[in-house]
Amino acid sequence: MDSFGLLMDGFAAAVTPEHLLWALIGVTIGTAVGVLPGVGPALTVALLLPITFRLDPANALIMFAGIYYGGMYGGSTTAILLNTPGESASMITTLEGNKMARAGRAAAALATAAIGSFVAATIGTVALTFLAPVVADFATSFGPPEYVALMAVAFVTVSALLGRSLLKGVASLLVGVTIGLIGIDTQTGQPRLTFGIDSLLDGVDVVIVVIALFALSEAFGHLLTGTGHTTVAPLRERAVLSRSDLRRSWPAWLRGTALGFPIGSLPAGGAEVPTFLSYATEKKLSKHPEEFGHGAIEGVAGPEAANNAAAAGVLVPLLTIGLPTSATAAVILTAFQSYGLQPGPQLFSESGPLVWTLIASLYIGNVMLLLLNLPLAKVWARLLTIPSYGLYAGVLVFATLGTFAAGGTAVDLLVLAALGLLGLLMRLGGIPVAPAVVGLILGPIAEEQLRRALTLSEGDPSILFSGGITIVLWVVVALALIGSLALPALRRRAATRDRG
Amino acid sequence: MGRIRRWLPAAVAVLATVTVVLTAPEDGHAGSTARDVLGERQLRLMAPASPGGGWDQTTREMQESLRELVGRTEVYNVSGAGGTIGLSQFVRYDGDPSQLMATGLIMVGAVVANESRYSLEDTTPLVRLTTDYQVIVVPADSELTDLAGVSAAMSADLPAVSISGGSAGGAEHILAGLMAKAAGADPAQVSYVAHSGGGEMLSTLLSGRSTIAISGVSEIAPQIEAGTVRALAVSSPSRLDSLPDVPTMREAGMDVELQNWRGVVAPRGITAEQEQALEDLLVDMTETDAWRSALAERGWGEATLAGEEFERFVRDEQERVSQVLAEIGLG
Repeated sequence: MDSFGLLMDGFAAAVTPEHLLWALIGVTIGTAVGVLPGVGPALTVALLLPITFRLDPANALIMFAGIYYGGMYGGSTTAILLNTPGESASMITTLEGNKMARAGRAAAALATAAIGSFVAATIGTVALTFLAPVVADFATSFGPPEYVALMAVAFVTVSALLGRSLLKGVASLLVGVTIGLIGIDTQTGQPRLTFGIDSLLDGVDVVIVVIALFALSEAFGHLLTGTGHTTVAPLRERAVLSRSDLRRSWPAWLRGTALGFPIGSLPAGGAEVPTFLSYATEKKLSKHPEEFGHGAIEGVAGPEAANNAAAAGVLVPLLTIGLPTSATAAVILTAFQSYGLQPGPQLFSESGPLVWTLIASLYIGNVMLLLLNLPLAKVWARLLTIPSYGLYAGVLVFATLGTFAAGGTAVDLLVLAALGLLGLLMRLGGIPVAPAVVGLILGPIAEEQLRRALTLSEGDPSILFSGGITIVLWVVVALALIGSLALPALRRRAATRDRG
Repeated sequence: MGRIRRWLPAAVAVLATVTVVLTAPEDGHAGSTARDVLGERQLRLMAPASPGGGWDQTTREMQESLRELVGRTEVYNVSGAGGTIGLSQFVRYDGDPSQLMATGLIMVGAVVANESRYSLEDTTPLVRLTTDYQVIVVPADSELTDLAGVSAAMSADLPAVSISGGSAGGAEHILAGLMAKAAGADPAQVSYVAHSGGGEMLSTLLSGRSTIAISGVSEIAPQIEAGTVRALAVSSPSRLDSLPDVPTMREAGMDVELQNWRGVVAPRGITAEQEQALEDLLVDMTETDAWRSALAERGWGEATLAGEEFERFVRDEQERVSQVLAEIGLG
């Protein structure tokens, strides 16, 4: 039977009241933990795992898939409304999403995020159904040199995030890279910048940095300026998404998906990198570049689609080669194994029906999430009518709880508070915080892969340009550099000629 | 609702009292059991790693198997740095017999490599539970066909043989050092490419840029089965049931053996009586059906070892690992 027939069987198995109930429970829990900063799907699934041993395997896997996708949805809600990303992959969403919310367009931002997530996750799941083996081949051709080139592409696009002042943007980027250095060096096992504090040996969790730099610094800022009583009008228009919003959103959704799925399927790609790339792409291609930084809808639509497509992409290496590429995937792998399923090249032939049920339940989970989130967009948006002091008191509670849940020690809370103060200082100095998070995510991957590549080649740098994929990626880097450096210069020259 | 809320604390209190009264006489027999030691406390198990890893799986299987012996136990994760972060928190529970932590070869290595302030000397080792062996693999299209070829390549030009594996100072890194030594080369010259997990290591190996890779058997078994990688040798003393055609390293001509063992420790400062009771409990646990099926499912080897013998084993491992890591240039 072909994939389609098997998928239909999967649907037949998944669409029973019992399975649908578990899918609903899963997406609801997932949305809730996505909203809470610090408590991610990985921790949730790990906690639920022992309880679910007595469940039918299909039910448990359907619920886990719901939690997984739900977490991605939930993360964007707080990013847009409160400037507090629930997951690190929602960080980029805050840039335009929160600006939109403050301009009274919260519901539109939430809606484009929800629909974009739905579109991307659906396309991603379709691609997972039909292209998984092809994508797996592509993903396994990525070794250290390819990652170095991919990180170079990502670093080049950061310029789109730097804000008005290049110097301040780069300063912020370096702050992030420095935070990323904290902890044990993976290649030699030596501690760096830990100052003898044991809790710092594992580095600083990206989520903690994101919460501190975005949410805490915002709360501290309100405290400092005494603007805690202000509220914004959450809804300015009647329609959730206007016709022009839709026209501007859908190409961004598709481009975000096209970036998110393949990069998500890379073993070290992650869900964050495609959101950076998507934001940069949208800013370059937009007909309204002047709106970026003031609430451009494309800047929400693209990255949101990218992170959900990446979430589907992560399942490709998990199912086809048994390669967990995120913490959540690792826990789902454990769940598979405890039901006697061994993800890997033989998974589809050995435990086919269950796998197709899982894939079918991903489609169902997507529809449920859309039905859950779209009508709620207006309700969520009304959160903003609460004065800031109330909202941010809540944010602080959840930020501390989430941090404590993730790390479990008082040191984590001190780090959170210290980084919050750093964020406040950056805010006062007009230094954007987003590049710091970008540096924090990209820096360690770039360093680690570069050193791996050079170890493999015994120090010969030519390994970085070996193979077709690396060359293509370096050409992209070169084109992007030429584009951003030469084009403005050409335009200036053309302008002076016209005047002369 | 209001009525229930008013009644609930009273009901719980009555129930708890009844439970305590009813269970108390049972504990009257000679010697003390885990129940005496715990009193009304719940057993707490620390997995000193993130969810999904080997220690996490071990503690969660223990939680399942201990259910029929002591009821509910709590499992929590303190991840990072090869378990040394968990260790540094665990030493604070001095003298508390209700706190247990999973440990193993990786923690012994990380303590040395990270120059951790605490070591297993600061705990009370209880039992060894399981063991996992390492397997040496090459990509399917590699020119290397057996371990003798690897050994020859290593003694000819060690840095040219790149070895992918898990974290720096972990089981795979230790084995890489032992292999270099057995091949007559300087372990400090090993081209070891560290990865934070088995998955990432696989991606470097499959991209075809690493000469060989070392992995836990259970992690890579599906790839061996599918033929994407070829297994050259296993680090066990005798051939494994799961890979009957793969020779041991000794059989293949390299005098090396390594087991990635996992076990359980209690805090330092518990009494000898408490230690005995906890050891009895854990040995009883290894005889439950739940634990047996967990071993079979996860592909773990049974390696139960308790008491004085386990403590001696831990000391020997600490000595051997520190020596190898010192030769590699770590610690």
